[in-house]
Amino acid sequence: MRRWLTEGFVLIVAAVVAFPLFWMVLSAFKPEDEIISADPVPWTTRPTLDSFTRALTVANFGRYFMNSIIVALIVVALSILISFLAATALTRFRFRSRTTLLIMLLVVQMVPVEALTVPLFFLMRSVGDSVPVFGLNHLGSLVLVHLAFSLPFAIWMLRGFVAAVPVELEEAATLDGASRFRFLWQVLFPLVAPGLVATSVLSFIHAWNDFLFAKTFIISAVENQTLPLALQVFVKPDQNDWGAIMAGSTLMTIPVLIFFVLVQRRLVSGLAGAVKG
Amino acid sequence: MSVTAKGQGRTAFAYLAPALLILGGLLAYPIYQLVLISLYDYGQEQVSGGAPLEFLGLGNYQKLLGDQQFWTVFGQTVAFAAVCVVGTLLVGAFLAILATRVRTWVRMTLFLAALGAWSTPAVAGSTIWLFLFDANFGFVNEVLGIQGFSWTFDKWTAFGLVAAQVIWCSFPFVMVTLFAGIKAIPGEVLEAAALDGASAFRTAWSVTLPLLKPIILVVTIQSIIWDFKVFTQIYVMTNGGGIAGRNLVLNVYAYQQAFAASEYGLGATIGVVMTVLLLGITMFYLRALKKSGEVL
Repeated sequence: MRRWLTEGFVLIVAAVVAFPLFWMVLSAFKPEDEIISADPVPWTTRPTLDSFTRALTVANFGRYFMNSIIVALIVVALSILISFLAATALTRFRFRSRTTLLIMLLVVQMVPVEALTVPLFFLMRSVGDSVPVFGLNHLGSLVLVHLAFSLPFAIWMLRGFVAAVPVELEEAATLDGASRFRFLWQVLFPLVAPGLVATSVLSFIHAWNDFLFAKTFIISAVENQTLPLALQVFVKPDQNDWGAIMAGSTLMTIPVLIFFVLVQRRLVSGLAGAVKG
Repeated sequence: MSVTAKGQGRTAFAYLAPALLILGGLLAYPIYQLVLISLYDYGQEQVSGGAPLEFLGLGNYQKLLGDQQFWTVFGQTVAFAAVCVVGTLLVGAFLAILATRVRTWVRMTLFLAALGAWSTPAVAGSTIWLFLFDANFGFVNEVLGIQGFSWTFDKWTAFGLVAAQVIWCSFPFVMVTLFAGIKAIPGEVLEAAALDGASAFRTAWSVTLPLLKPIILVVTIQSIIWDFKVFTQIYVMTNGGGIAGRNLVLNVYAYQQAFAASEYGLGATIGVVMTVLLLGITMFYLRALKKSGEVL
């Protein structure tokens, strides 16, 4: 009897927690008159794609979607390469400044990156003078900062995975005549793949969700905006186009949601691996 | 290994070079620049070259600490973070405990819902909540029968709404972590306590809780760090810090000072203050990590 009560309560909580997302998807499919009705109901009998069409055509959401994807994917790809090499160096080699580097990696993760908007803004401005692609108003600037923000954690987390690969394996590979390069990419890389998945998901989500730096860096180049900023286009003081906002939010949330659900098990084991280190 | 120590060092740095380059240029150097800018009078005129840079020393800090608004915003930030942290921990811990007492499919339903809240991008989450609580078209006002009531107009309901949204998307982390922690306690320990005649409450208080202490400490400090620097939710939900800036928190305040008022020097000063505060909290975090057994 008591378990039934507990289970009923837990299910209600789950429904409440999921409700905002349900409402988002529902509103995205509602016709406009139902959205701005004074008596909103939690269902619809006339589902329509109007809101999606409006989001994709009027606000050019497709373009911003691609921008967000481009930034996030480049960040993930570069972060995988760079953090894998760095994590290998920090676990497989003994050198003098190793411990110092490790401590700095940990401390740097704690710096509130939001505080760095001012210096980064000016840095990107001067970078843009010589290399426009990485300057203000270009997607390159976003790639650079998100790469920098995701690296410390990615390296930190991958250490555990690289360390878990027995050194004997490397010795065996060397005896078999494999070069260090081949060992690195054909033996070690596939073995730490689960760790790479976990770190990639986190880097992707950070870059995908970023609002602050997109807002700071992409000032006037409307065509280079990312999704979080584009969503703000619809938010007007008095007349919000809620249908399009919800359609946009849905488009923005779905990729992350799918990603999360697909890798959640690996994510949890990945995080556990990092903690066990 | 057959390579010499010197050779190892050289290879290691070759591997580390790209990471060091990026981190040095885009994290270390900006941190140095942040401190530097905070020491100057750096406004729109200086940026455009219309006026010479003036070194103020700690002038910006003096100005900031003598400003009534800064202290108001500071107090609001601490109070807002405190409410979010306490709320997140209570909800997360309560649900983690309940999750151990239900069948798997019920637990999976809860975790799936939580996963959805967790993975919703902050901007999207904020707008969904705004819509749900919209004065005229919001479902919540319809259910409560208070159409026309604006949640974002009044200072305190606005803060409450943002806090609720923050708790909604951050409790899953606490819940999942604590649940894993509870599950990791060996069954024998609890059985032994039961054999010794301990009550359920006694077991929870004297056995489970002490064993979970390191994990609780870590999620608490992690939550403090996260909630202290909330930006997106406040910015989106209160439209940049509320009417006349009454819903500002430090992060949004720094952004507004720098990019809306073009007081880059002052914005950087607030950034330094935040960084110092958070690094202080981080020191506690590191000690907690050390206690929970993580090794460098």
